[in-house]
Amino acid sequence: MKVSVFALVASVGFAAAAHAADVIPGDVAYDDYGAVEQSLTGTPGNPEEGAKIVGSKKLGNCIACHQISALPDVPWQGEIGPMLDGAGDRWTEAELRGIVANAKMMFEGTMMPAFYKDSGYIRPGKAYTGKAADDTLGPILAAQQIEDVVAYLATLKE
Amino acid sequence: MSNFTKGLGVCLAAVLMSTGAFADPVDDTLVINEEIDIVTRTAAPAHMSDAVDEVMSGWLFRGTETRAMEADDFDNPGMIFVEQAEEVWNTADGAEGKSCADCHGASSEMAGVRPVYPKYVESAGEVRTLEMQINDCRENRMGAEKWKYTGGDMVNMTALISSVSRGMPVNVAIDGPAQSTWEQGKDIYYTRFGQLELSCANCHEDNYGNMIRADHLSQGQINGFPTYRLKNTKLNAVQARFKGCVRDTRAETFAPGSPEFVALELYVGSRGNGLSVEGPSVRN
Repeated sequence: MKVSVFALVASVGFAAAAHAADVIPGDVAYDDYGAVEQSLTGTPGNPEEGAKIVGSKKLGNCIACHQISALPDVPWQGEIGPMLDGAGDRWTEAELRGIVANAKMMFEGTMMPAFYKDSGYIRPGKAYTGKAADDTLGPILAAQQIEDVVAYLATLKE
Repeated sequence: MSNFTKGLGVCLAAVLMSTGAFADPVDDTLVINEEIDIVTRTAAPAHMSDAVDEVMSGWLFRGTETRAMEADDFDNPGMIFVEQAEEVWNTADGAEGKSCADCHGASSEMAGVRPVYPKYVESAGEVRTLEMQINDCRENRMGAEKWKYTGGDMVNMTALISSVSRGMPVNVAIDGPAQSTWEQGKDIYYTRFGQLELSCANCHEDNYGNMIRADHLSQGQINGFPTYRLKNTKLNAVQARFKGCVRDTRAETFAPGSPEFVALELYVGSRGNGLSVEGPSVRN
């Protein structure tokens, strides 16, 4: 519901239209398998941006735990999670969206952080300061960044 | 392919990866100054035998050069701070005009103290760390100012007291009056804190031997603390390291010296029962 209201507001031309149309973290609709059919923004993801987010320590830092052969220039690829080569063959876009947004919906107890969630944490901090989070606490990645990452992962074919 | 099958595949891949990585810690032995044999891997204590078979010192997860630095006191930069603490040990301070040595004798008399801390101290009615005992001495025996919990004076003194127990097995008691604190520490160890929702166990029990970006994950044993880190070129107190770890989960940390970190130190210390005291160790 909220989404369509926001979309309506956006279409009427109020400020911050692109963000207002985003599905907020609490409203993301996961199906029984943990997949998310609906785009979080309505704007197709940009795979080039996605690749940057995946490799950047300051953004997704996916490479801290996963290896991707298609990103040979990103050093120190981790070995905590499965390799992502071929992820675009193994998963649908909806499944990828669900895994990136909150992998715990599909894999109970997984170590993977939820990148599009803003509540339900134990002692959340203000980024990496060690101090308590304040009311600006948002998801680790923005809605469009999630879409960009999903678009990039979908390009990883064997 | 059903999601279940895919999920199973991912789980299986993760299991295979982590099993393979168990070979990652090096096969090497540590003898300090050609005379102190250090146990760097041994059978896990009974209380954690369902979690891991073997406990391993962080020394086994570091590179060749870093490992070599710890094998000789002339190459171990941490020993400079031990020497500084030795002077402090023998110097009177506070209203009572007493030094540590006036009551305890030579610093070498403290051999056997480090391996059993943290422990329940009957007279205090609580579990105490070495730092808490040092400050109790300073305040109540010496009439001196307390030291900052993870400050330079304190970490140097814990390095001195550790150094004289090197080679002795860690033997932290987990039962009796310490048990409730130990249970609290265990809860903290397995709690997934912060926005990244990571527990100590996620990295140090489930993934030791694996690389997380540029870091080679160890078991997070604390038998080597305080530890000289090449990264910040100083001695690091164990609870300062805890604070850094919790911060890196994007969590609100606990303070060094807090009841939560005292409990966690007791619990993590007990996970290394049987490993040798190594402090001051050398790490990256």
